[in-house]
Amino acid sequence: MADAPPQAGVPLLSAQGISKSFAGVEVLRDVDLDLLRGEIHALLGENGAGKSTFAKIVAGVHRPTRGTLRLNGAPVDVASPIVAQKLGITLIHQEPISFPDLSVAENLVLGRTDGGWFGRVPWAQMTRDANRLMDLLGVRIDVTRPMRGLSIADQQMVEIARALASDSRLIIMDEPTAPLTPKEVATLFAIARRLRDEGRTIVFISHRLEEVRALCDRVTIFRDGNKIATDTIGNLSDGDIIRLMIGRPLKEYMHKARSHIGEVALKVEGLTLPGAFSDISFEVHKGEIVGLGGLVGAGRTDVARAIFGVAPAAAGTVSIDGKRVTISDPAQAIDLGLAFVPEDRATAGIFRTLPVEQNITAAVPRLIAPSGFIRRALEKAMAMDSVRRMSIRLASLRQPIGELSGGNQQKAILARWLLTDPSVLILDEPTRGIDIGVKAEFYDMIGELAASGRAILLISSELPELLALCDRILVMSEGRLTADIPRAEATQEAIMSAAVPRAAAWEGAAA
Amino acid sequence: MNALRHILLRREAGILVMIALFCLAVGAAKPQFLTLDSLRIILLLTPLIMIGAMGQMLVIVARHVDLSIGSMLGFSAMVTGMMFKFYPEIWWPIGFLVSIGIGAMLGLVNGVLVTLFRLPAIIVTLGTLNLYRGLTYIVSNAKQIDRQFVPSALKSMSQTSPVFGIPWIIFISLGVALLTYYFVMHTRVGRQIFALGSNPAAAPLRGIAVTRVTLLVFTISGALSGLAGILYASRWGFVNPSNTGAGFEFQVIAAVVIGGVSINGGVGTVLGTVLGVLLLGCVAAALPLLGIPGTTQNAIYGAVILVALLIDRTVRRQGIASLSARARA
Repeated sequence: MADAPPQAGVPLLSAQGISKSFAGVEVLRDVDLDLLRGEIHALLGENGAGKSTFAKIVAGVHRPTRGTLRLNGAPVDVASPIVAQKLGITLIHQEPISFPDLSVAENLVLGRTDGGWFGRVPWAQMTRDANRLMDLLGVRIDVTRPMRGLSIADQQMVEIARALASDSRLIIMDEPTAPLTPKEVATLFAIARRLRDEGRTIVFISHRLEEVRALCDRVTIFRDGNKIATDTIGNLSDGDIIRLMIGRPLKEYMHKARSHIGEVALKVEGLTLPGAFSDISFEVHKGEIVGLGGLVGAGRTDVARAIFGVAPAAAGTVSIDGKRVTISDPAQAIDLGLAFVPEDRATAGIFRTLPVEQNITAAVPRLIAPSGFIRRALEKAMAMDSVRRMSIRLASLRQPIGELSGGNQQKAILARWLLTDPSVLILDEPTRGIDIGVKAEFYDMIGELAASGRAILLISSELPELLALCDRILVMSEGRLTADIPRAEATQEAIMSAAVPRAAAWEGAAA
Repeated sequence: MNALRHILLRREAGILVMIALFCLAVGAAKPQFLTLDSLRIILLLTPLIMIGAMGQMLVIVARHVDLSIGSMLGFSAMVTGMMFKFYPEIWWPIGFLVSIGIGAMLGLVNGVLVTLFRLPAIIVTLGTLNLYRGLTYIVSNAKQIDRQFVPSALKSMSQTSPVFGIPWIIFISLGVALLTYYFVMHTRVGRQIFALGSNPAAAPLRGIAVTRVTLLVFTISGALSGLAGILYASRWGFVNPSNTGAGFEFQVIAAVVIGGVSINGGVGTVLGTVLGVLLLGCVAAALPLLGIPGTTQNAIYGAVILVALLIDRTVRRQGIASLSARARA
């Protein structure tokens, strides 16, 4: 396996000028990075900063557009995950890849090519080897049981055992701790440290600063596809790290004054859904844009889905215009004047193969079919009017919406909800994957909607977007509301330090 | 207790209980059902289905389906029958090679259409179901191969053998089941079929040659349909372009699904499939005995399959729920 003997001073893996583009969009630019033997190396950055892409390139899931990887000083072409495995590189996904119907032991050895196609499966030896690996890791998993039903933590252990089975020297863990309990995290860390002490290299991708501090030796920070810095963890304060993570130059934004803030339109008290979020309370006034910031996975979307009745909360109350309401499914929410533009346009927003016009009128069946039958002329007129108002660019109203660009799809979905004349509008990452130009149009539209007296809750991971649009910014972290920042005091630092999960003792970087 | 629980939790236990209950119920009405004679009838009804079911099981475990097996059976039986008719000088066991080889080729075509052109198997094999049947009419000129052309040595394979007079055809089907068992449990590629069906997206990431494995299962399904084809000629003594193999896919898929093979892929056992086939055999043997007229047999047959699936599902769910509740208590 090791073609070159380990030499002191030569890094285990050295990335030189690694760049990656997807469909012409550069997501990683000229990254140089050395991973040393026997270190635990953290990759940090905002969502979309490029750290996961980098990890996937090293593990052969993606191939770089430019640049070279050197293993023990020799250039290597990691063409596929199989090649990576042979080179001793293993990537452990957050949700581990497994074959749920096969036994744990089989999952461990699957893909090893020795023995040939019709080679006999050595069940007894397979079980013995698997048990030995589990003992080595000090975990108790019955290796003859199927993977299905194993906890995420145990599945991760199986993945780590797999890495050991192929004697991996480089083990990359992509946000492994997110789904784990504190106790499971402690076990994982103990194992990671032991593997490091054996001379293996661990790459640890995480959002949680306190974990990075507790576990890692060195840290590399990514931002907007660039590597910003690599340093020993001891040399950086949490404040330094946060500044490096968000430090893009602040642009000029249009802070339109919105003076018509009125009565409370949406009020949420003590909203709790075990496992997703707890004790969420806030208000959104008429004419107000309230931002909801935080990292992906903080529970923001879950809160929105709970309010809209998609996955109702277990406890807590929702009031609309001062009246307590119970919303147990989206149809009720729509009747109460709520609208929700979901985050994942492709799976939750559009009917991809249906024409644009049906997509636009989908939420108002009663308007287009007053007597139960759809009145085509009415439907067409309504859709046409929306297209003109939102300046949606399309060839024909009968065109399947899937053929439109992302921005125009998003406009059509917004148009759909505006037809319901909502008094409260929840937008979940409305500008994700949209060009800058269309984004600006969107910002104007959202501003106008607020100005017309609607209450808007805007979920966004983009700090500049929150700062530009919102009158107030709520921040969630790990299922809890951690900040409520008025516009005057809102800065990227303030939002980020409330969003990053960390030890309570830490003093705010932006304070 | 633990061992008992283990056995009860196995899917096969439910089918076994259903077979027992069914036979006892029929036996209560018609005692002659519980005799060696009717066992012989049941066993003679099942070999073709058993052979087809082994191939179908592999295809379904890989998360595909093969609807064309009846037509593959018909086509390979027809070509083999024509060989018997027009080249009677050829040593008759060569017919096995011809029939299996032709079936394998037709199966490979299915596999190529599914993998290379990335078409869904249900549509591909629905197409070839008609295509292969049509080809059978064309090559045979829509004429039946009559009894006198089928070698009598071949026909006698369905009547007897040196071993207790149990027909060869039964041994052949058991042999296929045993081979399939070895294949899925003890060869690497056999396990890869289960891995592929269990998580198709992850399979290539783990170095499974998805295309080759898929081609293999369709080819095996075709080859086994070919084997069933020549055994059809042995069992019934003729090959008819429209009847031979018609509805075969329905019986086979029913047996496989009753046998606990998951349509979602990744799950299935040879034992379960064998029991599924036997349950169907019992039903098929009982219907005429109970004096149910031929016109209603089809409807009853279909209803029994649905009921079996329903019972299996409810019993299994509740059985597991109560057992695991007891384990917790």
